Amino acid sequence: MSAVAEEQKIVTGGSFLIEESTPKDVFTPEDFTEEHHMIADTTRQFIDAEVRPRIPELEKHDWNLARELVRKGAELGLIGANVPEEYGGLGLDQTSSAIIAEMIGRTASFATTFGAQGGIGLLPILYFGTEEAKKKYLPKISSGEMIAAYALTEAGSGSDALAAKATARLSADGTHYILNGEKMWITNGGFADVFVVFAKVDGDKFSGFIVERQEGLTNGAEEHKMGIKGSSTTALVLSDVKTPVENLLGEVGKGAKIAFNILNIGRFKLGAMCNGGMKLALHDSVRYANERHQFGKPISSFGAIKAKLAEMAIKTWVGEAMVYRTIGMIETATRDTSDPQAKLRAIEEYAAECSIVKVALSEYCNFVVDEMVQIYGGYGYSADYPAEKAYRDARINRIFEGTSEINRMLVPGMLMKRAMSGKLALLPAAQKLMDEVLSPSMLSLDEDEGVLANEMRLAQNAKKVALMVLGTAAQKYMMELSDQQEILMGAADIITDAYAMESAILRAQKLHATKGEQAATRYLDIVQVFSNDAVERIEANAKNTLAAMSEGDELRTQLAALRRFTKNTPMNTVAARQRIADVMIKSNKYTY
Amino acid sequence: MKIIVLMKQVANKDAILRINKAATWIEEADLTYEVNESDGYALEEALRLKEKLGGEVIVCSMGPTRVKSVIKDALARGADRAIHVVGDELAHIGPFAAATILAEAIKGEQSDLVLTGLQSDDYGFAQTGVILAELLGMPHATIVIEVDASGEQLRVKRELENGWYQWYTMPRPALLTIQSGISQIRYATLKGIMAAKKKEIREVTPASAAPNGGSHQRVTKIYFPEKTKQTQFLGNGDAKAGAVQLAEKLRSEARII
Ligand SMILES: Cc1cc2nc3c(=O)[nH]c(=O)nc-3n(C[C@H](O)[C@H](O)[C@H](O)COP(=O)(O)OP(=O)(O)OC[C@H]3O[C@@H](n4cnc5c(N)ncnc54)[C@H](O)[C@@H]3O)c2cc1C
Repeated sequence: MSAVAEEQKIVTGGSFLIEESTPKDVFTPEDFTEEHHMIADTTRQFIDAEVRPRIPELEKHDWNLARELVRKGAELGLIGANVPEEYGGLGLDQTSSAIIAEMIGRTASFATTFGAQGGIGLLPILYFGTEEAKKKYLPKISSGEMIAAYALTEAGSGSDALAAKATARLSADGTHYILNGEKMWITNGGFADVFVVFAKVDGDKFSGFIVERQEGLTNGAEEHKMGIKGSSTTALVLSDVKTPVENLLGEVGKGAKIAFNILNIGRFKLGAMCNGGMKLALHDSVRYANERHQFGKPISSFGAIKAKLAEMAIKTWVGEAMVYRTIGMIETATRDTSDPQAKLRAIEEYAAECSIVKVALSEYCNFVVDEMVQIYGGYGYSADYPAEKAYRDARINRIFEGTSEINRMLVPGMLMKRAMSGKLALLPAAQKLMDEVLSPSMLSLDEDEGVLANEMRLAQNAKKVALMVLGTAAQKYMMELSDQQEILMGAADIITDAYAMESAILRAQKLHATKGEQAATRYLDIVQVFSNDAVERIEANAKNTLAAMSEGDELRTQLAALRRFTKNTPMNTVAARQRIADVMIKSNKYTY
Repeated sequence: MKIIVLMKQVANKDAILRINKAATWIEEADLTYEVNESDGYALEEALRLKEKLGGEVIVCSMGPTRVKSVIKDALARGADRAIHVVGDELAHIGPFAAATILAEAIKGEQSDLVLTGLQSDDYGFAQTGVILAELLGMPHATIVIEVDASGEQLRVKRELENGWYQWYTMPRPALLTIQSGISQIRYATLKGIMAAKKKEIREVTPASAAPNGGSHQRVTKIYFPEKTKQTQFLGNGDAKAGAVQLAEKLRSEARII
């Protein structure tokens, strides 16, 4: 099954920054097949009926229940969706697994358990395991018979994962590896049966292994966490733990490739999960705002509350467009191959997009739950209402699977790397732009025509701003660019806003083209408000970074160009936000 | 055993309902739909009977293209094939007309059992199944909560009132209308969803609608309950005067003292 239209072409990773796309180039939730919708329905029904009511028990660390719920979800096919049929899975597309992730995101704790089981715990085996290991573990993990975990982080090495101290050495008879060390923050640590463990062979060859629970492998007590309390997180001690050589993942010394590639997948799935959480939070917020009366009126009738609901909807809808656009790219690039390595290379191609999605969606999600608490007022601060938990649960998403900082730096970092290796024509584009900056007459002053043409112009200009910042930084710092974190973070935010704008515009244009003017109207509001505000953010980020890098005439020229690129007549966002909120208030749910 | 399950698509339970312009039904633009609750239990019962006794489950739904989602869902949960009686207006006909058209559509199947939900969540007539049984020349039982089809005769448990139940034995083929909540409805598995793609959905168009669309009734107007209760404050703050006025009203208006 693939919803990605045949004509959709494989795009080069990162090329969104230097090329224009048309609506038919992008995949959107409106392109879901009937089966995708059914998968969404069945997953949502399962999560809402079987898992959400039992979160209080999971929060008391009833891991037998967690095991049972994983098994029930597995029976429906939720874990093996992505696993090829020969290993006990269903061999479905990436879109299906993202849809499952989105729906499971309605319960953050279980989403974490499930993410370790079906994502970071399972995928290294699928993509890097030996044939024997795949046959041995994948069917059992897919069926929920075995619980999986992923053990990369250590107390002394989190973001700097490659600095791990855990060791592995080959036994004298060459039949197995012996592992020692301590891992930290391991999801499912309290009850997992099988672990993907990263350790160094001969002190420096960072490698991945599959390790079964056994004597010598013990977990610490459950961490006392801020949120996702219904998921197990423990330290892990390995003392002379044995694993047969066929449980080595990939090659000795090639562990980094495994760790980072798996994180790429983890990141777009985390984006999808966040999106599911946002939709639920918004749904609850709309209902509460309609029910709660103050001053004789529902609070949803107050402009201040409407503005919040609207912004929550905007971030949710735009975020969704980003998630599925990215998945569509991956889908298109992987659809003609069943070779896991080829699939993985295709996913790696979009590492920058995956990081963008991870940062944006986790932060949008945190925005949404924060506003949710505010809409609930005092009841938002009470554990008897859903906002409090949603608020605490969402916070972790900015930390695990690569912190927001690490992922932000990865965005320009990976784009530059692709540029240097000739995979992405970023530098010629930046050069061309620099010429344009110096000869402003080249800027077209045509009136914008067509649906969202003004916003599309702003999005294309936003990319030029990004190129201007990146180009200036590359020239100024050259090989030392990676040390310029503030510049990189600013550039990442500009790039992310540009990607978000363009994804949302293309989604709305596609909707307009397929469903007609009337159906598209409400989405046009969303895109216009988002673009309007994004331009302001982009301008501020560009000013900050440019002023840090340039001075005098050079800076003045750049700022003049920046003004042209971000030139926009402010729209009436107040009225547009009211319209966006009113649609939801009237139907008493998230309707976008 | 060949079992036909009739399933209707109705407006989502949590949809905010508005009355349409003509005041004849709810406004359908923007509405989302789901399967009629008791029909879901009818399907589950059919699937369980099939698991026990073998055979085939055929789901039948009537209405515009949108009812395909109910059919697909039933196929994903395990029904073997489907009949879709297609027609835009078929969602709004009375029970007699509906039963007439459905009888025409399924008669050729020669099924051993026809299961329907107890009633529809929208019109709530609870008539279609019963009339259909009559048209098919079958016996029927309503509000069924348990079915034993292992013997020659059919044994069914019916819900009566006040916690009373009735076991009832009847010949086959028969039509049963199934009560909601009698079992745990299975989920559509991902495997089932993919398998449903390949299952047959036979489309039939009603040959000849009876006069008046076969309807013996029509909805002339629907409206939200009107508020008729009125509150009056008596005495204007003076309890004694209030009491006098109250006594007067109870005597002359309410006429209860
Ligand atoms: C609930 C939970 C579940 C988890 N599950 C798992 C799991 O299943 N498996 C697993 O392996 N790990 C897991 N982790 C670990 C998680 O991935 C790490 O916590 C995360 O990568 C951050 O590492 P750290 O905590 O050591 O923070 P640090 O790396 O110490 O970071 C601290 C701060 O410094 C910043 N920082 C670090 N390095 C840089 C730099 N070079 N430049 C700029 N800023 C920097 C960070 O962004 C952060 O703001 C989990 C963590 C939690 C809390």
